[in-house]
Amino acid sequence: MTKTAFYNNPRFRSAFYQLAVLAVVIWFGVEFAINARANLEAQNVRFGFRFLQDPASFGIVQSLIPYGEQDTYGRVFLVGLLNTLLVSALGIVFATILGFIIGLARLSPNWLLARLAGGYVELVRNLPLLFQIMFWYLAVLLALPGPRQSLALGLQPLLLSAADGFAYLQRFGAPDAIAQWWRSLAEWIGPPAIYLNNRGLIMPRAVFGEGSRIVAAAFVIAILAIIGLRAWARRRQQATGAQFPLLWPSLAILVGLPALATLAVGWPVSFDLPQLRGFNFVGGSQVIPEFTALLVALTTYTAAFIAEVVRAGVLAVPKGQTEAAMALGLRRKTTLRLIVVPQAMRVIIPPLTNQYLNLTKNSTLAVAIGYPDLVAVFAGTTLNQTHQAIEIIAITMAVYLVISLVTSLAMNAYNARLRRADRWRA
Amino acid sequence: MKRIVGVLGIALAIGLSGQADAQTLKTVRDRGALICGVSQGLPGFSNPDDKGTWTGLDVDFCRAIAAAIFNDPTKVKFTPLSSKDRFEPLKSSEVDLLSRNTTWTSSRDALFNFAGVIYFDGQGFMVRKALKVNSALELNGASICTQTGTTTELNLGDYFRSNNMKYEVIAFGSADETIKAYESGRCDAFTTDMSQLYSERLKLSNANDHVILPEVISKEPLGPLVRQGDDQWFDVVKWTLFAMLNAEELGVSSKTLDDALKSKQPEIRRMLGVDGTYGEQLGLTRDWVVRIVRHVGNYGEVFERNVGASSKLGISRGINRLWTKGGIQYAPPIR
Repeated sequence: MTKTAFYNNPRFRSAFYQLAVLAVVIWFGVEFAINARANLEAQNVRFGFRFLQDPASFGIVQSLIPYGEQDTYGRVFLVGLLNTLLVSALGIVFATILGFIIGLARLSPNWLLARLAGGYVELVRNLPLLFQIMFWYLAVLLALPGPRQSLALGLQPLLLSAADGFAYLQRFGAPDAIAQWWRSLAEWIGPPAIYLNNRGLIMPRAVFGEGSRIVAAAFVIAILAIIGLRAWARRRQQATGAQFPLLWPSLAILVGLPALATLAVGWPVSFDLPQLRGFNFVGGSQVIPEFTALLVALTTYTAAFIAEVVRAGVLAVPKGQTEAAMALGLRRKTTLRLIVVPQAMRVIIPPLTNQYLNLTKNSTLAVAIGYPDLVAVFAGTTLNQTHQAIEIIAITMAVYLVISLVTSLAMNAYNARLRRADRWRA
Repeated sequence: MKRIVGVLGIALAIGLSGQADAQTLKTVRDRGALICGVSQGLPGFSNPDDKGTWTGLDVDFCRAIAAAIFNDPTKVKFTPLSSKDRFEPLKSSEVDLLSRNTTWTSSRDALFNFAGVIYFDGQGFMVRKALKVNSALELNGASICTQTGTTTELNLGDYFRSNNMKYEVIAFGSADETIKAYESGRCDAFTTDMSQLYSERLKLSNANDHVILPEVISKEPLGPLVRQGDDQWFDVVKWTLFAMLNAEELGVSSKTLDDALKSKQPEIRRMLGVDGTYGEQLGLTRDWVVRIVRHVGNYGEVFERNVGASSKLGISRGINRLWTKGGIQYAPPIR
C-alpha cells in the first residue's frame, strides 16, 4: 500500500477547506465591524438604539394606532410594521381565494372559463409588479373624481335612479305614484354616507356605545355555538349516516343571538358620518388609494402564480382518484372538495408558502406610490433623518426575516398535519 | 433601497477618501477647464437643452469662474449629479466645485466650505388656482404631496403643528411620482423648495392652473461649495460670487461695462482693476471682474435671465434683491 501525501488525504482536505471558509467568514465579519466603526466615527454618528426614543416630527398618512408628529421613531417603527402586516395579511387571504378560483377555473371543462382563466394568468404574471401597482394607482384610483365631485355610493342614489327610471316610464302610461313612492323611500333612507373619490373610499365609522360589549359577546357565543353544532352534526353523520342541514340553523344563530342581545340592551352603535368640509371629508373612516392600489396589485399578481400552483397540485392527483369517485356516484363538486383538493394540498402547500413570502416582500414596493409601509417610513424617512443606517437596516432585515420564518413555520405545521392525516387513512 | 446603499456608500467613501488637493486653481489652469458639479436637470438652475448646452443660475456661476480664470466662459465641463450622490465627487476631487442648489447647513459646512448664498430659498406650497387658496394658513385639513426622505417632511410637520392645523401627508419615493400624484388630484398642495416649485410647475400640463403660495416655511440658503483645505480656491469661488453682486450694486452690467471702465468713481475703478491689484491678490488677474461681467453679467442680469420675472420660471426677486433695494443679498467690498 502506497502512503498518500497528507494533502491528498480527503479527510484532511475537507477539514482544511471548511476551516478556510470559516476563517474568511470571520475575517469578513471583523473587517465589516472595524470598517463600520471607523466610518461612523468619521461621520460623527453614534452607534446605538437611543434614537428610537427621539421625536419623529413627521406625519404619516395611514396609521392603525394613534400617531402624531410628537411621537417617537420607535412609534414610527410600529406604525410601519402594522401597515406592512395589514397589507400582507389581507393580500395573502385575497390572493389565496382568487388564486384557487382561477386555478380551478383553468382546469374547468367549460371552454370559455378555462381560456379566460388562462388568459388572466398569462397576462398578469408576465407584467412587472411595479408597473401593475402604478397602473392601479395612477390610471385607476387617481383617475376618480376629486372630493367635491365624489361618487356617492349607497341605497339613496340607487333608489333615486330607480325613481328616475319609473318617471321615464310615465310616458308610456305608467302611474305617477310609483316614481313618487321610490322617491319618498329614498328620502326616508337618508343621504348616502359612502363616498368614492381620488382621496380614497370614505365610509361611516361605527361608534360603539354602552352595551355594545354584550352584543359582541352574543356574537362570539353565536360563533362558538355554530362550531359546536357542526361538530355534533359531523359525529352524528359518522355514527348514523344521516346528514344535518347546517346552513340555515347556523345563519339563524349568527343573526338571531346578536339581534336578541340588541333588543335587550337597545341599539348601542351610532355612526360617525363623513362630511365634506374644506378640502376633504371629515369624520368617518377612510381607505386611502395607496393602500387599495397596493393591495389590489399584490393580490391579482400573486393570485396568478397561486393559480398555477393550484393547477399543478390538482393535476398531480392521479386521474384514477377522480374516476373512482365518479364511479362511486359522487358529484363533480363533491369529488373536487373531498377527493382531489385534499390530496392536491400536499403538493400545493410548499410552493404556496413561497408565494406568501414573495407577497410580503413585494409589499416593500409601497414606497413608489407613497403607502407608508415599514420600508418607506422606517428604512426610508427615519434612516434619512437619523443617519442610523446600520441599526435601522438591521432591524428592518430582522423584521422581514421574522415575518417570513413565522409564515414558513405556520405553513410547515399545516403541511405536516395534512401528511399525518394521510398516513392514518392509509 | 438605493438610498440606503447610497448612505452606506457615503459612509465607506468617507472612510477611504484622503486629504483634499490643496492646489485646485493650479490644477484647473493646467487642465485648461473647470469641472463643475451641477444637477441632473432643474430648469432655471442647471438644465441641459436639446443640444446639450447647459443653462441656469448655477451654471452661469460656473461660467463666471471660468471667465475669471481663462477669460473664456466656455471652458467648463458640467458633471450632472443626483441629490443623493452629489458630495462624494467633490470630496474625491472629481469636480472642482459643486454648484447644485445645495442648502447651506451646519452639518454640511462641517465637511465642506460654502462660498456664499447664490439664492435664498425656502420651502413653499403649490396649489390649484381653482381652490381659491391665497395663503398656506388656509390649508387646514388639506392633503399634501411631498418627496420622502427630505427635510421638507419635517418642516411640513412643524408648520402645521405650530399653526394648529390638520393635514394629511403622502410621501413618495421620487420627485416624478410626487408631481404625478399632485397633478392627478391626489393632493391639494405640493410642497418642496420654492425654486423647485417654480421649476416643477413647468412640467405640469397646464402650468397656469397652478399657483405658488407666498408663505415660506423654512430657510434654505442655496450656495456653491468647495472642498476644505484649499483656502486660495475657496477665495476664488467666494469672490466670484461677491464680484457679481458688487457689480450689480455699483450698476456695472455687461451693457454698461465699457462706460464703467471710464468711470471716476473709486469703488468702480477698484472693482474693475483700473486702480489697484485686487484680482492678483486672489491669484487671478487685475481685470477679473471685467471678464466676469463681460462674458456672464452681474448677479441681477444672471438672475433675470435664468429665473427672474422675464424668464420661463417667472420668480420675483423677493429677498434675493440687493440689500440696497430691500433684499438681503450683500457682498463685502473689493478693496
